This record gives sequence, C-alpha cells and structure tokens, in this order.
Amino acid sequence: MEITMEYYLVISTIMFFAGIYGFITRRNLLAVLISIELILNSVDINFVAFNRFLYPDQMEGFFFTLFAIGISACETAVAIAIIINIYRNIRNIQVKNLNKLKD
Amino acid sequence: MSITLPQVVFLFLATVIVIFSILTVTTKRILRSATYLLFVLFATAGIYFELNYSFLGAVQLTVYAGGIIVLYVFSILLTSSDSQKVEKIKNSKFFAGILAAIGGAAICIFITMTHSFPVSHFVPGELNQKVIGTALMGTEKYQYLLPFELISVLLLACIIGGILIARKR
Repeated sequence: MEITMEYYLVISTIMFFAGIYGFITRRNLLAVLISIELILNSVDINFVAFNRFLYPDQMEGFFFTLFAIGISACETAVAIAIIINIYRNIRNIQVKNLNKLKD
Repeated sequence: MSITLPQVVFLFLATVIVIFSILTVTTKRILRSATYLLFVLFATAGIYFELNYSFLGAVQLTVYAGGIIVLYVFSILLTSSDSQKVEKIKNSKFFAGILAAIGGAAICIFITMTHSFPVSHFVPGELNQKVIGTALMGTEKYQYLLPFELISVLLLACIIGGILIARKR
C-alpha cells in the first residue's frame, strides 16, 4: 500500500464536512467559531498535499498555507473580541439571542 | 504485504484527525470541544512534518496550539455560565446538518476517487530555510513580499481592532 495524495484529500474532506456539520447545528458562537477553524485547517491540508505530490519543486501551496494560518489567527482574535463584547452586553452568547445590531 | 513506518505514522495521524474532528463538533461541552480541536491541530502539524514541511509544522504548532487555542480557552472560561454548558440540538437542525455533511462528503470523496490526477508520487525533500526566506522577501515572480507586508498590516489592524472592540467603556 502506497500512500497517495487521495488519502490526504479524503482526510481533509472529512474534516471539512465535520466543520460544516458543526457550523449548521451548534448554537454557541464559540462552537461555531471552532467549526470555522476546522474548515480552514482542512483547506490548509489540501494546499500542502497538492504542493507536495503534484508540484514538488514549487512553493505556492506552502506559502498559501503560511498566509492562511496568519489570516485565520487574525480572524479568530477579532471574532473573540466581538464575542466577548456581546457577552458583556447581553450576558449570553447563544445565536438565537442575537437579534439586535445595536441598542 | 508489509507495513512500513511512514504508513503507520500516517494511519495514526489520519485516525486521530478523523475521530477528533468528528468529536469536536458532536460533543456537548464547549471546553471539551476546544480540547479536541487542539488534538486535531496537533495531528495536522504531524501531517505537515510527515510531508517534509517542518517549517509549516512549527508555525502550525506555535500559532494554533500556542496562540489560538489559549485564546479560545480564555474566552470560553470568560463567557460560560453553568446554565449554558449543555446545549440541546433541535431535530430539524440536526437532520439538516447531517444531510449536508454526509451528502457533501460523499460527493467530494466520490469525485476525488474517480478523478484522475496527473501522475503524483511523494517526492521527499525539505525546503531550505534560506529558500523560504528569499521567496518571502523577494519582489520578483514567485516571490511573496507583497502578501507578507499585507499580512503585517492586517495583523496590526487586527490588534488595534481587537483592543477597540473589547475595551471597557
């Protein structure tokens, strides 16, 4: 059995759709954010696997993953700041209670 | 048929990723969910190491496991109260989610398995640190100074935005 690129793609597909499932069903804002983290991570695995198996002498996948990790760190920081602000205002971070933009 | 060490490592990482990424979204307690996410990120770093991208694995470990997970745990502890720890899932939501996930995964895996990729085989070879550095700092074709600067500005904006949003009034 040789480990080919398809194995990596299948793993990242499962991770991606676990993230989709969590994004649809969870109702805590932080749990939704964790699901988004899973989705971003699976895309990173895809980039790296394509780079290593299809174009091993180029570096595009490597750098896309590097920048994607940085951007997802940014996104998490800002989202958590917003969530903590919401918690300070309505003492709750369930999605169903968020029906006002400003009060 | 003999199983070699790289295959054992890969199978272990794959099992960890699949099991823990499903547990991350199905567990009821949010703190456990964050811990399982940490395991998934560790296993992803292991995959990067296994694919001979050590720098990327190190970045994944420091940024995700060292930074983002700590941020998550802090904010979970700040925002959770006892009444909200266990959340129930509505039946309609559950079926919509499971249908979307399983249907999408089936379609994607089917396409992945039937599509014929160009000849692909594992080519070992570590990226030299000097090569990464020149590619990150150069301005020519296939070099990445502009996205690098852009991401530094983005990080600065993100720091300022985070402070502005979360400060006390």
